[in-house]
Amino acid sequence: MDSKIIQKINNLLVEEFEVDAESITPEASLKDTLDLDSLDYIDLIAITEANFGCKVKPEDFHSIATFGDFYNYIDAHTKVKELV
Amino acid sequence: MNRVVITGLGIYSCIGSNLEEVKRSLYAGKSGIIYSPERKEFGYASALTGYVDRPNLKGQLDRRARLMMPEQAEFAYVSAKEAMQMANIDMDYLEKNEVGLLFGNDSSAKPVIEGVDIVREKNDTMLLGSGYVFQTMNSTVNMNLATIFKIRGINFTISAACASGSHAIGLGYMFIKNGLQDCIVCGGAQEVNVYSMSYFDSIAAFSTRETEPSKASRPFDRDRDGLVPSGGAASVILESLESAKRRGANILGEVIGYGFSSNGSHISNPTVEGPAKSLEKALKDAGIQPGEVDYINAHATSTKAGDSSEARAINSLFGSSRPYVSSTKSMTGHECWMAGASEIVYSTLMMQNNFIAPNINFENPDEDTAPLNIVTSTLDHEFDTFLSNSFGFGGTNSSLIVRKWKE
Repeated sequence: MDSKIIQKINNLLVEEFEVDAESITPEASLKDTLDLDSLDYIDLIAITEANFGCKVKPEDFHSIATFGDFYNYIDAHTKVKELV
Repeated sequence: MNRVVITGLGIYSCIGSNLEEVKRSLYAGKSGIIYSPERKEFGYASALTGYVDRPNLKGQLDRRARLMMPEQAEFAYVSAKEAMQMANIDMDYLEKNEVGLLFGNDSSAKPVIEGVDIVREKNDTMLLGSGYVFQTMNSTVNMNLATIFKIRGINFTISAACASGSHAIGLGYMFIKNGLQDCIVCGGAQEVNVYSMSYFDSIAAFSTRETEPSKASRPFDRDRDGLVPSGGAASVILESLESAKRRGANILGEVIGYGFSSNGSHISNPTVEGPAKSLEKALKDAGIQPGEVDYINAHATSTKAGDSSEARAINSLFGSSRPYVSSTKSMTGHECWMAGASEIVYSTLMMQNNFIAPNINFENPDEDTAPLNIVTSTLDHEFDTFLSNSFGFGGTNSSLIVRKWKE
């Protein structure tokens, strides 16, 4: 996967959820690291759509456990790779 | 019936972002009014406004809390925090006791407009994220502060146009007086962003004296030409005397009267009878005679009709005793939903510090305002009892009477 996409995702998450960049690794838990509650998932859906042009269905998060899963999901669904 | 006392004050306004700054501005007769190029460019006929910066709450509140707050909730948070510190109410006390929250607020224009703009552009509500819904509702100040401060008592918003803040305190007084609550954080909040007051501007409510911002708000003056909008937030901690004594709180004053009425008339044109009835009911509730009121903090917003009607209403009841009168809106502009609460803060500060702030820009009376005893320059004067008026669109009126604390 393009490392620029990963970097862009990480930067967005650090800014939106105010976490340390070092805490984000491909193996780390998305939910635990970002301390996501039900409203935070809505924000995650919004920034994903705004920045990558892909609509994440809430149920898709059932299969997105780690940041690595999230990168792969965006890589597979994004429509704006050229803008990265 | 419980006696209801004031044990905390907090203020975030265009004449100061805390009690000390505001006290100095009131004493100095300092105007907080500016000319806003942003408003002119946006299309306002009058670009005059009181202005406050958005406080930087990063580090004080977490991301989730900040995401849900429009600017007026931020202003309210700052004022409530100051009031709670003054009252010596901390998070431990809030978690263990049934403290209430009654705030006046009557709009939240910025998130409504910006959110709708996003949806119009992308035709997808999911892009709004989670924050807008909590920012856009009229009860936004209550829902945010109640969450942050772990409020467990009475909790709702009072929307009564420019009397919202005053009615919030009046209702808080009623709840405590009747033994339903021991302690309530009351207040009022008002947004100041470019969208918030465009609808007022559209009905030519504002002064157009744009070349002299500090002279534009001139309540009761013959040459007044309209109000100047403003905003921020004010908080007043009301408490039963028993609760205040039990906690060993410093008592700043006692709310002794709340009067209210509705004009039953035009949506924006004032009457004399409506405000006069509110004044009468406040005096009756307080059980005092007009001569016992030393100072009236008038609603007077600097509009032709409104100031005249209020002057006549005041004169109808206080024509013999002629208490000192000033409108602090001459300095602050009209703080609208917040005004009824901020003016209790301003007047209590004056009473605590033995002065009456001037009604700046009062240079010439007109026929209706001439009978009033208007304070034109800062008066060093010890006083015991003041009355504060607030009136709003739809003819809603509120009058509060506060007395210096004595056993």
